[in-house]
Amino acid sequence: MPTLTVFEAIDAAIAEELARDERVLMFGEGVATKRADLVARFGAGRVRNTPLAEAVIAGTAAGAAATGLRPVIDLLFAPFMTYSMDAIVNSAGKLRYISGGQFRFPMVAMAMTGAGWTVGAQHNHNNEAWFVHSPGIKVVMPSTAADFKGLLKAAIRDDNPVVFFVDMALGHVRGEVPDGEHVVPLGKAAVLRRGRDVTLVSYAKTVQHCLDAAAELATRGVSAEVIDLRTLKPLDEEAILASVRRTGRLVVVHEASKLCGVGAEIAALAGEQAYAALKGPIRRLAGPDAPAPSSHALEQAFVPQAAAIVDAALSTMPSVVAEPALS
Amino acid sequence: MNEAKTKALAHFERMHLIRAYEEKLVALQQAGTAAGTCTSVGQEAAAVGVVAALAPEDTILTNHRSAAHLLARGANPARMMAEVLGRATGYCKGKSGSLHISVKDLGVVLTSTIVGGELSLVTGVSLSKTMLHEPGITTVFFGDGASCEGIFHESLNLAALWKLPILYVAENNQWQAFVHRREAMAAEQVVAHAAPYGIPGRSVDGNDVEAVHAAARQAAEVVRTTQRPYLLEVLTYRLRGHFEPDDQAYVDREELARWQARDPIRLLADRLRERDGVEAHELALVAERARARIEDAAAFALASPMPDAAELTTDVYA
Repeated sequence: MPTLTVFEAIDAAIAEELARDERVLMFGEGVATKRADLVARFGAGRVRNTPLAEAVIAGTAAGAAATGLRPVIDLLFAPFMTYSMDAIVNSAGKLRYISGGQFRFPMVAMAMTGAGWTVGAQHNHNNEAWFVHSPGIKVVMPSTAADFKGLLKAAIRDDNPVVFFVDMALGHVRGEVPDGEHVVPLGKAAVLRRGRDVTLVSYAKTVQHCLDAAAELATRGVSAEVIDLRTLKPLDEEAILASVRRTGRLVVVHEASKLCGVGAEIAALAGEQAYAALKGPIRRLAGPDAPAPSSHALEQAFVPQAAAIVDAALSTMPSVVAEPALS
Repeated sequence: MNEAKTKALAHFERMHLIRAYEEKLVALQQAGTAAGTCTSVGQEAAAVGVVAALAPEDTILTNHRSAAHLLARGANPARMMAEVLGRATGYCKGKSGSLHISVKDLGVVLTSTIVGGELSLVTGVSLSKTMLHEPGITTVFFGDGASCEGIFHESLNLAALWKLPILYVAENNQWQAFVHRREAMAAEQVVAHAAPYGIPGRSVDGNDVEAVHAAARQAAEVVRTTQRPYLLEVLTYRLRGHFEPDDQAYVDREELARWQARDPIRLLADRLRERDGVEAHELALVAERARARIEDAAAFALASPMPDAAELTTDVYA
């Protein structure tokens, strides 16, 4: 199996879907400039540069999606999506419902976010929860190269608007990626490590932090299960609940700010539907209610790291705490 | 009967249908039966003149003040009224209400009520037509208010760059919700924004349905032959408030009276009588026929069932 970076996996998915379905096209700021190979292969009509105009990029995608094309748009950085919110949320997300089901919106809006490039708060804002909270939209945020390819292919084939977040810190991370037809269904979480004592639920870059924490916990005799959500909407509630019902303990980890973040929903889900199985308090580790800083040191402080995850996991099980737990 | 007279009578009937529809909804609102709507009273000529210039394969995008465009396109007023009244028989199963009725089968697609939303969608609709080699052009109706949104400029720029066959129709009705156009728009006319993008355009008396129709036919022809965008501005006036009820206390009485004297239906009636020799009672019959049709539509809507509660969560995802 070839080893690709996340960016290469994304490229592969786009090229394969352009080849598979002539209704697929891609546009955005610098898309044609950066993907000259795709322009040469598929033509300037299907791989286009656009003006720096996120609102009309997204609106054009929504209009095209509703009338027969399957656009993929690159909005570059997640904070730029504020200019695109009307088209994504009010048009693509609502006009199917408003019209009584007359239209569908098969489109993918891609954007990068996350700590790692020291780009600061107007290029790094993990705003995925905004879209999870908006009806009619699916939200994907993978963590491995293979999933970036497989989930992007699934997103392009989906008949709904999909917001596809790329954690920029993962862009150059390598992983094994299956050649050709590799489609990962939306809405299915992955159990990356089996465990008995505590469930660590995460997505994007903090999945690796959870895996590192699980390895550390194992040395302390604690068996942690790690779940990578991959898709934030639809949320794989069954996978989360099945795990929590077995382990009885839950730690949710993400980089986005804690207040009304995806972790709050997962904690509520466990509280509402797996209460009887819980053996300890649910913990959430997430970013603060602060804009993302630029300084590398502050950026890393923003993101829950493995040591904090270890402490949080241990704090759910006071009887096995070997060292004082931090909250 | 000569062709101009035949066409003018058809316009007249359609304009009356629109007026009767809007007035019925006003009455239903005042009776507490219907929610308030954004009526197109005073703008019938703009809608009828433009839509009559389009071909069946052409696509239309519209906005919150859409009833005239829909009825001009041939939408069934009974299903529109049912939609406004939240009934299951409405065009959108009661999920739209008056504000965002789309009728895909008639080519009236993606109605957005976020002012300017239609301008962001039209480039995509036109791109689909072009790339899928479908016949027809795409027309988008928007107001002077939308032309003050940034998306108007993004849309014109992209349409010009990508050579999209779009007929932009600015209905300059002098009002942006509760603010007069003069107070909100630095330019005197919307069409002034076309030239900087290399887009041809013109403005026309929007209360003269024949002038609108002639200008729209010419504009649509330019779009068809050049496969490029065109901006047609129709200068008209919103004779009623932003939505019902609205006492229009903020409206200058003299200005309103001036435009009421230029009511597009009255202008056309005068012309039909004076130029074409149509008798007043014939015109009255046309108006009566339109009102009767709207009464039937209202009866259908009022007798229609409300949607089942199970419809609450259908049509969210494809």
